[in-house]
Amino acid sequence: MAFNYDQYLRVEKMPTLWCWGCGDGVILKAFIRAVEKLNISKDDMCVVSGIGCSGRFSSYVDFNTVHTTHGRTVAYATGIKLANPDKHVVCVAGDGDALAIGGNHTIHGCRRNIDITMIIINNFIYGLTNSQTSPTTPQGMWTVSQKAGNIDPTFNTCDLAIASGASFVARENVTSPKKLEKIIVQALEHKGFALVEALSNCHINLGRKNKMNSAMANLDWIDSITVSKKKYDAMSPEEQLNLLPTGILHQNKEVAEYCDMYAEIQKVHQGERKKITQDDFTKKI
Amino acid sequence: MSATREVISTGNELSAIAAVDAGCTFFGGYPLTPSSEVMHVISDLLPKVGGTAIQMEDEIAGICCVIGAAMGGARALTATSGPGVSLKAENLGLAQMAEVPLVLVNVMRGGPSTGLPTRVSQGDIKQASNPSHGDYRSITLCAGNLAECYTETVRAFNLADRFMQPVIVLLDETIGHMHGKAELPTVEAVKAGIVPRKTFDGAPEDYRPYECGPTEPATLNPMFKGYRYHFTGLHHDAMGFPTEEIETCRKLIQRLEDKVMAHQDEIELNEEFMMDDLTGEEGEVLIIAYGSVSLAAKEAIRHLRADGIKAGLFRPITIWPSPADKIKEHTSKIKNVLCVELNIRQYTEEIERASSRLDIEGLYKVNGRAISPYEIVNKVKEVF
Repeated sequence: MAFNYDQYLRVEKMPTLWCWGCGDGVILKAFIRAVEKLNISKDDMCVVSGIGCSGRFSSYVDFNTVHTTHGRTVAYATGIKLANPDKHVVCVAGDGDALAIGGNHTIHGCRRNIDITMIIINNFIYGLTNSQTSPTTPQGMWTVSQKAGNIDPTFNTCDLAIASGASFVARENVTSPKKLEKIIVQALEHKGFALVEALSNCHINLGRKNKMNSAMANLDWIDSITVSKKKYDAMSPEEQLNLLPTGILHQNKEVAEYCDMYAEIQKVHQGERKKITQDDFTKKI
Repeated sequence: MSATREVISTGNELSAIAAVDAGCTFFGGYPLTPSSEVMHVISDLLPKVGGTAIQMEDEIAGICCVIGAAMGGARALTATSGPGVSLKAENLGLAQMAEVPLVLVNVMRGGPSTGLPTRVSQGDIKQASNPSHGDYRSITLCAGNLAECYTETVRAFNLADRFMQPVIVLLDETIGHMHGKAELPTVEAVKAGIVPRKTFDGAPEDYRPYECGPTEPATLNPMFKGYRYHFTGLHHDAMGFPTEEIETCRKLIQRLEDKVMAHQDEIELNEEFMMDDLTGEEGEVLIIAYGSVSLAAKEAIRHLRADGIKAGLFRPITIWPSPADKIKEHTSKIKNVLCVELNIRQYTEEIERASSRLDIEGLYKVNGRAISPYEIVNKVKEVF
């Protein structure tokens, strides 16, 4: 029997605002399949999105949904999660949303290791606002704000997340929807800050001016810059230079989660335990 | 008179204690002089009662996490000073648009920009009326003494839940750091006076959070309770979903204005000090002041009266929306009006608007120092 997406969709909001052939729909479907697989109640989940094409993600899914200001998904989600530690809180943000205007919140969400799943849809461009440079736009590509060619160095989203302390970091490509679904399942199951970078196409606002004039051409390019972590790890630094590894890149199940740690603060103030000291932590600095 | 209790504390501490007594369970903020003690105190108080206080990575995150917690149904507080309000402004706008209740305590310091971090000012009066872009009606309360740091914070939480929007409580550096005795209502009285936000308890399929009377706020059930809808800063329909439908957009923004202005009687609070015997005779003086300046104004009035000048104080406690009718009434009767502010004419312009008079005298100070009673006395004798 075909999978019933409608049970999790606000079907009256269809069609989506996304362009024909956009990868965001693939991510939306993978996410829904992951939620179904884990049998999470619609009432027990909150989806928080920001601004941009990815910002509309929250309005299409039938959960508790919040469409926030540009870049602030993790900050909103932190309040939602801390006030409701037993609920699932998911952020969906774009590359500009999560890494430019909201970069600070992203790294501090990672650092706190609060139990939030963050899906960063990286399409390498500001799509909704028509082709401005994003922190992940490859150098040398055309953008409307750098028509002579983009000179800005790029962020590596997953390296940033790992360095910032996220306890689950993964990357997948929309051309592998099954793998993406599996990774989102594992991200949702992971207790701690789980960051999933989903590489997506924007043939309209990135591809058209960069010799990727169709969804397929744009997806082929994404395929050409991605390789499984296993293969990537076996490569020389020269071979790795312009490739992004996919799969689960980092997972640490031992590191303490923020809501759990805050519960210890409550215990201190309620006289149930002694004050927290450096001895309570193996890694202190 | 209901039972009271005496406490010795500071203004900042009293506003933190008031929040917890009023049922606040979440605080998010960022250190900012001269407001930081609110965070210091509440970060000890909230975990004791099962609540949460978090120091976020910046001012913006401070307000965002508070809005998030409030969407989940919590009474939530943030505290900051002018530079922090500037940073929080965009998200205050989202809370206005999506109708999410919260309280923001702003302990005013000298501005603009970094200004005078440790010194007093009332430079954020205009900012409080419209911190974010767009049309909405801000509710702003201003504590004029230590006890009001407590009572106005309590009132702010009740107003936020009644009108489903952020409510700003203005303290200033002088009153925030003032240490002394305050007579407060009992905790029992505060708890008994809590008016929780309205919720819908019918069938989820009948729930329309943003469908309400033209002068009423949205009815937003807490998240995770079986009533799934959408929060957005975009113009939105009855279920909270983005729309550009002309009439829906117009009605929404008009309602954000009217839900406050139609109920000003529930919001307005003023003090009239030594005004009983002001009848409109020649030579009478009306002083208008708010916040810590009103303490100097009261002292000045005692001196003026000893010198034979009949003077009284009108003190708005609800700064926005302004008590325009009362201002009109008093300024129509009394000719000599002096507005005293720690800024340059920020509220005087509102007095001029409300009174339709352009001959309001002013005493303004913007050097980070308090205005003394003698400066007010001298100004009155000089101009009237």
